[in-house]
Amino acid sequence: MISFSLFNYWAVIVLMMVGFYTLISRDNLVKKLIGLNIFQTSVILMYVSFGKVTGGTAPILIESGDHGGGDDHAAATTGHEAADAAVDAVGSSGELVMQGASGVAHAAAESAEILYSNPIPHVLMLTAIVVGVATLALGLSLVVRINEAYGTIQENEIARKDNAA
Amino acid sequence: MSQNLPALLVVVPMMLAPVAALLNRSGPAWVAAVGGSWFALGAAVQLLRRVMAEGVIVYSMGGWAAPIGIEYRIDEVSAFVAVIVASIAAIAVLYARTSVIDEISEDRHALFYAAFLLNVCGLLGIAVTGDVFNVFVFLEVSSLSAYSMIALGQDRRALTSAFQYLIMGSVGATFIVIGVGLLFVMTGTLGMMDLAERIPEVWASGEGDRTIAVAFTFLTVGVTLKLALFPLHLWLPNAYTFAPSAVTGYMAATSTKVSVYLLMRFFFTVFGEQFSFEQMQLDMVLMPLALVAILAMSLVAIYQANVKRLLAFSSVAQIGYMVLGISLGSVLGVAAGIIHLFNHAVMKGALFMAMGCVMYRIGSVRIEDMKGLGKAMPWTMAAFVGAGLSMIGVPLTVGFISKWYLVQAALAQGRWFVAAIVMVGSLMALVYIWKVVEVAYFQRREGEDEIKEAPLGLLIPTWALVAASFWFGIDAGTTSSVAISAAETLLGVMP
Repeated sequence: MISFSLFNYWAVIVLMMVGFYTLISRDNLVKKLIGLNIFQTSVILMYVSFGKVTGGTAPILIESGDHGGGDDHAAATTGHEAADAAVDAVGSSGELVMQGASGVAHAAAESAEILYSNPIPHVLMLTAIVVGVATLALGLSLVVRINEAYGTIQENEIARKDNAA
Repeated sequence: MSQNLPALLVVVPMMLAPVAALLNRSGPAWVAAVGGSWFALGAAVQLLRRVMAEGVIVYSMGGWAAPIGIEYRIDEVSAFVAVIVASIAAIAVLYARTSVIDEISEDRHALFYAAFLLNVCGLLGIAVTGDVFNVFVFLEVSSLSAYSMIALGQDRRALTSAFQYLIMGSVGATFIVIGVGLLFVMTGTLGMMDLAERIPEVWASGEGDRTIAVAFTFLTVGVTLKLALFPLHLWLPNAYTFAPSAVTGYMAATSTKVSVYLLMRFFFTVFGEQFSFEQMQLDMVLMPLALVAILAMSLVAIYQANVKRLLAFSSVAQIGYMVLGISLGSVLGVAAGIIHLFNHAVMKGALFMAMGCVMYRIGSVRIEDMKGLGKAMPWTMAAFVGAGLSMIGVPLTVGFISKWYLVQAALAQGRWFVAAIVMVGSLMALVYIWKVVEVAYFQRREGEDEIKEAPLGLLIPTWALVAASFWFGIDAGTTSSVAISAAETLLGVMP
C-alpha cells in the first residue's frame, strides 16, 4: 500500500538503495565512500522520521509544573509505566507513530493535552553522525595512503597490480 | 571502587588510549597499554567471580535508572566474554612490544597502542552493556580502531584489506542501526531487558509483527557480517593475512568472538529463544550456513600457501562451529558454542602468535619458506604443533572439549549428520596443520643462513596461550561449568 503520508520513508529507501548501489558498483574508492555515506545518512533520516509525532511539538516542557529537579527514581518509574501505556496504544491502533518513551512519556503524562515529539531518535543520531564522520575520515585517509602506495584509487587497477606483484 | 567496576572496566582502557597517544613515545605508550589491559583483566576476573557467586550485576550509568539511562548488565555470559577479551589482550600486549618494534615504524608505536586500547575498550563495552544502541557505539569504537591497526601492516595490501573491511564493517554496523531503530519504533525502548519484555507483546498483538521480523533480519545480517559467518566472511582472510602479527593474534582471538556473543545476546536475550527458533526458524538458516562454513572454508584453508591466510580461513571454519552450537538451540549446544568461544580464542591466538615469531625471524610466513624450521626454531614450532593439536581436537587439549560438547549436543537431538560433519571438519584441520608441520620438520633447509630461535618476548606470551590450551583441556571443569551456567542464563533455564 503506497500512501503519500509515508513520503519520508520512500525518500529513505531511495537514498538507501542509491548509496548501497554506488557502494557495490563503483570501482573508484572515493565514490565507494560517498556511497557508504549516503547509505548511512539515509538511516539518519529514517530515525529522525521515527521521532516525529503527528501534531507533536518540540520536546521542551511547556508548563512550568510542580515537578522540580527532585525524585529521579519516581520519575523513572512513571516514565516507564507511561511508556508501557504508549506501547499498548501502539499495539491497539497499529500506527507506526509512537507516543514517546521514558522522559517524554513522563512529561506527556503530566500534561496530557500537550503532544511532544520524541527526542530520543534525534539524540541517537547525533552519535551516529559522529560515528559516520569518523568512518569517513578514516576511509579517506586510507584512500590517501592507498594512492601513495599504488598510485591509483581504482579498485580493478589495484587488483591488477597486486596480481602482477 | 569495586561497586563501579563495571564502568571502570570500560572507562580505564578508554582514558588510557589518549594518554598513550599523547605520550608519543614507544616505551611509555606501551606501559599505558599494559596498564589498561591488565587492569581490565583484573576487573573482568573479579566481575566473573561476583556474578558466579551473587548473580547478575546491574549498573546504571551516572545513576540514571534503566529506561532513561544506559544500563550495564553483567551476567555469566558477558562476564565470561569480558574475561576472554581481557586475558587475550593482556597477553597480546606483552607480545606486541617486540613484534611492533620489528614490524611498525617507530613514529607510529604510540598511535598503535592507543588504537589497541580503544579496541579493548570497545570489545569489553559490547560485552557488558545492556543497551542495544550502546552496543552499536562500542561496535564502531572497536571496528574503527581495528581498521587502523590492520592498516599498519607492512605490505601495501594491508591498506586495501583495511579499506575493504571498513566498507563491509560499516555496512554491517548500519544494518544493526536499522534493526535497532525498527525495534525502538515498535517498543519505545533500547534496553535489552525492556525489549525482551515488550517484543512478545507487540508480536502477540499482531500489529507490526512484520516490522519486528524485518528488524530481526537486519540485526542478524548485520551481526553475522561482523562475525564473518560464511558467506559474509570476505573481509576476514585479507585483513588477518596482512595485519601486523600482534594485531592478527589479538584480533583473531577477540573481535569475531565478541560478535558471536552479540549474536547470542540478540537471539536469546532480546528476541528470546522461542521467537528466534520457532517463529523465525533461525536454525533452518544458520545450521546449513555453519555446516557449509566448516566444510568449504576448511577445504579452502588446505590449499593456501600463506600460513596466516590458511589460519584465517580456518578461523572462518571455526566460527562455523560456534554458530552451529548456537543454531542447535539447546542448552548443551549453546554451551558448546560458548566453550568453543574461549577455546578457539586460546588456540588461534597461540597459532597466530607462533606465526608472528616465524615472521620475526625469517620475514615470511609462506609454507615453502618454512623448511627446516622445526630444527632452527624448535620452541616456536613446538608451540605451533601444540596449538595445532588443539585445533584438530586431540584429547587433552581444549579443542577436544569443545568438539566433545558439540557432538554430544548434536547427538542429543538425533542429528547424526551434523555430528559427522564436525568430525570431517576435524580431519580437514589435521590436513592443513600437517601441511605446515611436514614442511617445517621433515624438509631440509637450503642455504647457509643461520636462523635463531625467536626472542623470549615473543615466545613467553605464545607459550602462555599454548599452556592454557592444555591446562583447560585437562581441567575442563572450570570453563564448562561457567559455559553451561551461561547457556542456562541465556536460554532462561533455571538450574
